[in-house]
Amino acid sequence: MNKSLTKAQWIAPTFIVGAVLLGLVPLFWFVLSHGGLQSLRFDQSILSVLLFTLKQALLSSLISVALGLLAARALTRRAFIGKNFLMNLFAVPFALPAIVAVLGVSAVYGNQGWLGGVFNIYGLTGILLVHVFFNLPLAAKIFHEALSGIAPERFRLAAQLSFSDRAVFWHVEWPVISSILPGIFSFVFLLCAASFVVVLTLGGPIATTLEVAIYQSLRMDFDVGRALALSILQIILCMVLVLAAGRMALQEHGSPQSKNMAQRFDGSTFIARTIDGAAIIIAILVVLPPLLALVVAGLLNVMFDTAVLSAMGFSIVIGSGAAVLALALAWPLAQLNHWSALGLALAGLIVPPAVLATGWFLALKGFDPGLSLTMLAVIALNGLMALPFSVAVLRSDFAQMGDSHHRLCEQLGVAGWNRFWRINVPFMLPALRQAGLLAFVMSLGDLTAVTMLGSGGLVTLPGLIHQQMGNYRSNAAAGTALLLAASCYTLAMLAQRLGKSR
Amino acid sequence: MIKIQNALYQLLDFSLQIDLEAEAGKFYVVLGTSGAGKSTLLSVIAGFETLKFGTVFLDGKNMANVPPASRPVSMVFQDYNAFSHLTVWDNVALGISPSLKLSDAQSLQVVDALQKVGLEGFEKRLPSELSGGERQRIALARVLVRNKPILLLDEPFAALDPALRQEMLDLVVALQREQRLAILMVTHQPQDARDVADGIIFVCEGKAHQPISSKQFFTSNDPAILKYLGRPR
Repeated sequence: MNKSLTKAQWIAPTFIVGAVLLGLVPLFWFVLSHGGLQSLRFDQSILSVLLFTLKQALLSSLISVALGLLAARALTRRAFIGKNFLMNLFAVPFALPAIVAVLGVSAVYGNQGWLGGVFNIYGLTGILLVHVFFNLPLAAKIFHEALSGIAPERFRLAAQLSFSDRAVFWHVEWPVISSILPGIFSFVFLLCAASFVVVLTLGGPIATTLEVAIYQSLRMDFDVGRALALSILQIILCMVLVLAAGRMALQEHGSPQSKNMAQRFDGSTFIARTIDGAAIIIAILVVLPPLLALVVAGLLNVMFDTAVLSAMGFSIVIGSGAAVLALALAWPLAQLNHWSALGLALAGLIVPPAVLATGWFLALKGFDPGLSLTMLAVIALNGLMALPFSVAVLRSDFAQMGDSHHRLCEQLGVAGWNRFWRINVPFMLPALRQAGLLAFVMSLGDLTAVTMLGSGGLVTLPGLIHQQMGNYRSNAAAGTALLLAASCYTLAMLAQRLGKSR
Repeated sequence: MIKIQNALYQLLDFSLQIDLEAEAGKFYVVLGTSGAGKSTLLSVIAGFETLKFGTVFLDGKNMANVPPASRPVSMVFQDYNAFSHLTVWDNVALGISPSLKLSDAQSLQVVDALQKVGLEGFEKRLPSELSGGERQRIALARVLVRNKPILLLDEPFAALDPALRQEMLDLVVALQREQRLAILMVTHQPQDARDVADGIIFVCEGKAHQPISSKQFFTSNDPAILKYLGRPR
């Protein structure tokens, strides 16, 4: 690996630090020039926002991780009809934009939904439903990968020593589980604590999180003091969580793949069968109905009117821009193993989008930013949000390229432009394609940056869905959502296929 | 050809003293226990590692501050000698031009080298489409086109079956005779030393020793050598 940065590679760190400063400085500047730090009010209402943020994140991650672990165990040790289908199903939520998931869950449990009246989806219940919809499959996939990595000999040894199911769990599975459990838990916690779109659409005055409250206090109430107080809390919270989950965030996560199963000798008791069966059924019940509802409601309502086409155009421009930016930033960062490079890669998680957007919004407020500048800001924010995932994809290939490549190039005198163009880019091309697609998909479905920075003129596909939902045009919204979901899913699968061929 | 005097390499609690001379056109085998520093010795000569004290002279020139690419050295590693995204042809051509722009005469050199190592007809293949032995042949072809007087081999055939090992070893010896190469080859097989070596460099207990003949080595009473060979005194 390269030991130090060349001049060109300084551009990425400079850009990221600049973007973060552009977010933080105006916030502090504004507060200092408007009554100073006394205007920072950490009052009761802010405390209750913090508490709700923690509460929903804690519940979301407890449920997701617990159910995900049970599902992963069942998937690892059972063969059953439709298992491959289920694995593929689990890959879907990861690819879906938040607003689409919200729509899917509403279509099942909302007032007009299939099971209207079972839950009140506005408030904590709805937020949990969507968060578990996203994170149960994610947790299941990471656990499944780890559990399938256990050497088959271990289970054979356990059988030879006539271990009970409990003993197999504690001596064979638990060591693997416990080594990744804290990472997964804090990663899911981080995703839920920083979740914006879900809480914005399903939350309310009581059920609101720091991320949403920052946005609201700025854009609805224009209370910068409150926004800054919330931002400080959010940065501290995210920093702590990133410290705990950073490593997990910088690893690749696709979808569960069925590998060759290890031969298992445990789990034949009635209780074990019941637990595994229940885990699978619950997982299906969480993931499948919203997807079905989405498809059913959407199929008849897909339209290509001017609103949809123009929204698609904006989304594609923003997605492409963000993908290019994320790759350009990830390229140098993924080659370094220094903590500062990793910290920079995680900047979009440590300093959450709401905080960055707040600062940028204040900085741009002086003059009318106009559509193109707003778009640039949205692209920049999306690029930063996709950055950890891009770095994760590139890192593993750079690591594989490793020392031997470096030595070979040194010996043959392949350096500078030749090294970049003849060796590094071609070698990294599959990873670049995959990371770029991933960033594109994430930005295509993004509602966070657009909502926070956007003005009336900039309506992307997710923005259009949000508008249509707000105007009670749920059929139109379902059509647009299916269109977006199908695009995102197709591209994400393509990215995953590229990932497998690497 | 190779002269290293009073040299010391140090990294954390690992250290290696080097004091040796090797002649042009001779085949030296580097033996020693795992972790003793056999690979480090080669890396120092190739310029991948820097010495704390002492100097490396290659071909009579002081190599301090000379980058790996400018040294009169080719090195073949145990694995990853070929870039996986480049064809066999490109991998060999890279030994002539880092930008892969070859004159007609240079292209002929590549053709000639591929033919000598038995890779004609494989030009357009990717390394992943070759066997382990064939992949190492790419490295040898590149050694030929680079035309450097010193060749360092770091357990290049350790992963190959015995018959193939022997075949590759014969190929290396043939190339050595033809190009009058000075070769240092790290191996775990004392048998290789018996068969081909003009001299043996023994690396042990933090020290790379002056080469001795294989007869001297295998009849030595040095306790460290006996211990390495697993023979009771």
